[in-house]
Amino acid sequence: MMALLARFARTGPSDWIIQRVTAVVMMAYLFFIVGYLIANPALTYGQWSDLNSLLSMRIFTLFTIMAVAFHAWIGMWSVLTDYITVRLMGPKANGLRKGLQVGLGFIILFYLAWTIKILWGL
Amino acid sequence: MLNVSIYRYNPEVDDEPYMQDFQFDTEGKDIMVLDVLEKLKIQDPSLVFRRSCREGVCGSDGVNISGKNGLACITPLSEAVKGNKLVIRPLPGLPVIRDLVIDMSQFYAQYEKIQPYMINNSPAPAIERLQSPEERAKLDGLYECILCACCSTACPSFWWNPEKFIGPSGLLQAYRFLADSRDTATEERLASLGDPFSVFRCHGIMNCVQVCPKGLNPTKAIGHIRNMLIRSAT
Repeated sequence: MMALLARFARTGPSDWIIQRVTAVVMMAYLFFIVGYLIANPALTYGQWSDLNSLLSMRIFTLFTIMAVAFHAWIGMWSVLTDYITVRLMGPKANGLRKGLQVGLGFIILFYLAWTIKILWGL
Repeated sequence: MLNVSIYRYNPEVDDEPYMQDFQFDTEGKDIMVLDVLEKLKIQDPSLVFRRSCREGVCGSDGVNISGKNGLACITPLSEAVKGNKLVIRPLPGLPVIRDLVIDMSQFYAQYEKIQPYMINNSPAPAIERLQSPEERAKLDGLYECILCACCSTACPSFWWNPEKFIGPSGLLQAYRFLADSRDTATEERLASLGDPFSVFRCHGIMNCVQVCPKGLNPTKAIGHIRNMLIRSAT
C-alpha cells in the first residue's frame, strides 16, 4: 500500500513540470478564446453554442479546467506551506493549514464537477 | 557626527531586544562598518559581535547593515549610511544569541545535508585526480563561498522553511560538487534534493544574488540543479 502511494507521491521536479505544462494549456485556451472573440465581433448565442458543442472544444475546455485544478492545487499548497506554518503562527497552524487544504480540495472538485455538468449537461 | 543605531539583546538581562543609539565621529573618513563597531565596543564593552579576519575572507561578521545583509569588514560607510544614519542588526531569520551574534546551527545543518565534500570511491591515483582546465572552470563562481550566511538569511523561503529548504548557500555548495568532474555521487546527491522543498522552494527572487559579498550567483546554481533534477526525472 505504501509502495503504491509512494508511486503517486509528488516530487519537486514533478510539481515543477506540472505547473509549467498546465500553464501552457491555460495560456493556449486563453489565446484561443480571446482570438475567437476578436475574430467574431458580432458573436451570436447560436455560434457560441455550436462552438461549445464540438467534442474537440469540450475536451479542450475539460483539459483546461483540469489544468486549472492541478495548477491551483500545487500553487496553493506551496503558498500554504510557506505562510501557514508552526514557525510563523504557532501550533494551531497545522490544523488550520490542513483545513484550508481540504477546503481548497472541495472548491477544486466542485469546479471540476460543475464544468463537466456545463459541458455535457449531465 | 554619525548616528549609529545598533540592535541590542542580552537574554540574561533584557526582556526583549531594543535599538541603542550612539554618536560616532568618523573624522571625515570613509571607514568600514566593522571599524565603527570596534570603536563603539571600546565605548561600550558589553557590545557583542563576531569578527575575525577583517578582510572579507572568513565570513564571521555578516550583519544586516541599514537593511541589507553584508560583511561589516568590507562595507564602507559610504555604501551603508543613509541620511546620516547607520543601522546595524543581526542577520535576520535565525535566533539571536546576543546582540549581533546569531545561532547558525540551522544554517550549518542544511550545509551538512548536501554532503559538502568530494565523494569518489574509485581507487585514488598515485598523485592526484586530474581535471581539464575546462572542467576546473566549471567550479568558478561556486567554490568561493565563505559561508557567511548573508544570502540564506536574506531569503524568505529560508526564513519560512529553514528545516526543509536547503537555502541559497547550501545549494550553491551542492552544485559545486554536482559540477565537479571528480565527484561520482551525482545520482545520490540529486536523489536527496528531489523533494518539493530542498531545491524547489526557491522562487527565484534573487535576494541572495543581491546581498552576496563575494559577488556569487546562488540563483543561477539553483537553476542548474533544478535542470539536472528535471532531466533525471524525465
